[in-house]
Amino acid sequence: MIIAVPAENQSLDSAICQSFGRAPFYCIYDTESESSRFIDNSAKEASGGAGVEAAQLLVDENVGALITFRLGENAARVLRAANTTLLKAVNLSIADNVANFLEKKLVDLDEIHSGYHHG
Amino acid sequence: MRKLLILSGKGGTGKTTVASAFIALSGARAWADCDVDAPNLHLVSGAFPESSTKDYHDLPKAFIDPDRCTACGLCYDVCRFDAIEPGEVYQVDPIACEGCTFCRYVCPEGAITMVESKAGEISLHRRGDQIFSTATLKMGSGTTGKLVSAVKDQIKGADAPLAILDGSPGIGCPVIASLTGATLALMVSEPSVSGLSDLKRVIASARQLDVPVAVVVNKADINEEQCAAIERYCTDEQIPFLGTIPYDTAVVTHLNEGRSLAHADGPAAVAVKAIWQRTAALLEAL
Amino acid sequence: MADDLTIAVLSGKGGTGKTMVSVNLAAVAESATYIDCDVEEPNGHLFLKPEIFSEETITIGKPEVDNRLCDGCKICSDACAFKALAVVKGKLLIFPEICHSCGLCYQLCPQGALTEVAQRLGVLRKGHRDELVVLSGELQIGEPSGVPLIKALLENITGGITIIDGPPGSGCLVHETISRADFCLLVAEPTRFGEQNLALVHELVTLMGKPSAVLLNKTTGDDNPSRAYAEAHGLPIIAALGWDEELARITSAGALITEHSRQYHRYFFRLLDQILEEARHA
Repeated sequence: MIIAVPAENQSLDSAICQSFGRAPFYCIYDTESESSRFIDNSAKEASGGAGVEAAQLLVDENVGALITFRLGENAARVLRAANTTLLKAVNLSIADNVANFLEKKLVDLDEIHSGYHHG
Repeated sequence: MRKLLILSGKGGTGKTTVASAFIALSGARAWADCDVDAPNLHLVSGAFPESSTKDYHDLPKAFIDPDRCTACGLCYDVCRFDAIEPGEVYQVDPIACEGCTFCRYVCPEGAITMVESKAGEISLHRRGDQIFSTATLKMGSGTTGKLVSAVKDQIKGADAPLAILDGSPGIGCPVIASLTGATLALMVSEPSVSGLSDLKRVIASARQLDVPVAVVVNKADINEEQCAAIERYCTDEQIPFLGTIPYDTAVVTHLNEGRSLAHADGPAAVAVKAIWQRTAALLEAL
Repeated sequence: MADDLTIAVLSGKGGTGKTMVSVNLAAVAESATYIDCDVEEPNGHLFLKPEIFSEETITIGKPEVDNRLCDGCKICSDACAFKALAVVKGKLLIFPEICHSCGLCYQLCPQGALTEVAQRLGVLRKGHRDELVVLSGELQIGEPSGVPLIKALLENITGGITIIDGPPGSGCLVHETISRADFCLLVAEPTRFGEQNLALVHELVTLMGKPSAVLLNKTTGDDNPSRAYAEAHGLPIIAALGWDEELARITSAGALITEHSRQYHRYFFRLLDQILEEARHA
């Protein structure tokens, strides 16, 4: 499965970005090959619709699960349409969150905040 | 982090007056001016030893190369924002242009490109462990809501239990953008027919976004009848009414000199302090 | 016609007295049109209490997709500058709140799967109070942009004297309001906050090439930062209205001061003439 985590820096020790749509990078982790890479988030500077654009980016990467602190309703709608599992991040590094995921210790993200609406 | 947003519906009711006092009284370490159209909070926030300002960019706007334009008028036909000015060569009005790219798509000469557009400036000020986020929108710009979100984003990760946001009048995109994620929206209203009318609309906006509200009336003794009408409205709607602030000419003097009411004397200052106590209690309960 | 003149009353800062000034000027004019362009929080009708003769719902177009025709090609979602469209698992998702109604997606869709449907933006009310035509727009709660509603309102400028009660700020709503004005009256209050925002709206008005003048409202004997600004920037000061508790009280009750006080009636009558004079010579 491919997991995505919004990242502050391009390192597995990095903190998870507080924002989903405007995270500078996403860590894309493949549980099968146990490998990770980082992709740039083209939506981070977007003047609007960042959530939609960022979610589309992850859908295009075939992400099966997203680990994040927060998620807006527009991004949630896109990710749910793609059947992406949405999980709540814990206040540890990316590596620790991935480990928690593998040990099934992460809970579902059920608090979706209202999207920022218009430009 | 709890986020207290100060709104009003009607302009000029005293949002910044109340917000600046609350910031000082609460010892808040993070605050933001979400009124990017007409920011004022910086005038009563004091000086900051560390400040950084950066340009804020809107969507790129269309630009017509005058050397390639044949004045065919196709761009003018498709633009829905009245942003194309016809002429011997056609020109784009960058204030009206929303960056949709429709004109670029239809231009048969490939004369249209999208160019970088500065929508304003966003600043972050620091003083010890305090941070203050503010921005100015370039005039005429339609990117208000996005800039408000950017102002809020700057204090998002702050290590502070409470952030205070000074809002803007109205109910449009800057207000909607400031409301998302707020713990409580405190409405500062004034005792007038206009004030009550506008209060109802901004409360409806907050409710649409599931943000709890509370109300105070500023300059309350200007019209006791209207003040009572607002209190009645709050009772009917089960909205916490946190108090009144009397009209006090000393307020303007303090604000003009860059001081909030937190350390002032006078009836308005006394009232604001009492209201802060009630607001803090309400925030704790939410 | 030489007598066609559109005056936009603005301020930058909210609460300086735009509506109080606009409605009282409109009330004393022999024959005019009053347009309330503060579509987010309209107040003029509270004072003028017009007899409404028409109410029109103003809509804005948003895309709807026919899923039988859509093949998930992503041409529309890639092209949408506002990211209001996303294609997930071959299916198009539409985000109407982010859509700016530019019309591009309908043009691009190779399958003709997108149609534009009308979504309620707000209401436009037309009424009259004796000879005064009163136009008001009210934005639907939750709608982020009142610009198309203001456009619809301003299409009703037919000639004669038009007084536009503007929205606060200096953003896109104000820009739209100014676009049809011949002259801008900037109402300023004697505070640093007021001066700060007066500067912003003055800059916008100047950028748009519109002549303007300042009305200093709620003046006291103290230093007036807005007066200082006007004097420093060569902005004509057309009048100064002193702070008057009675005026404040009457206005707060939703009443027209020009109907309650002969003195104020005369004052606004003369003020209107002065403004028209200033506007004609600008």
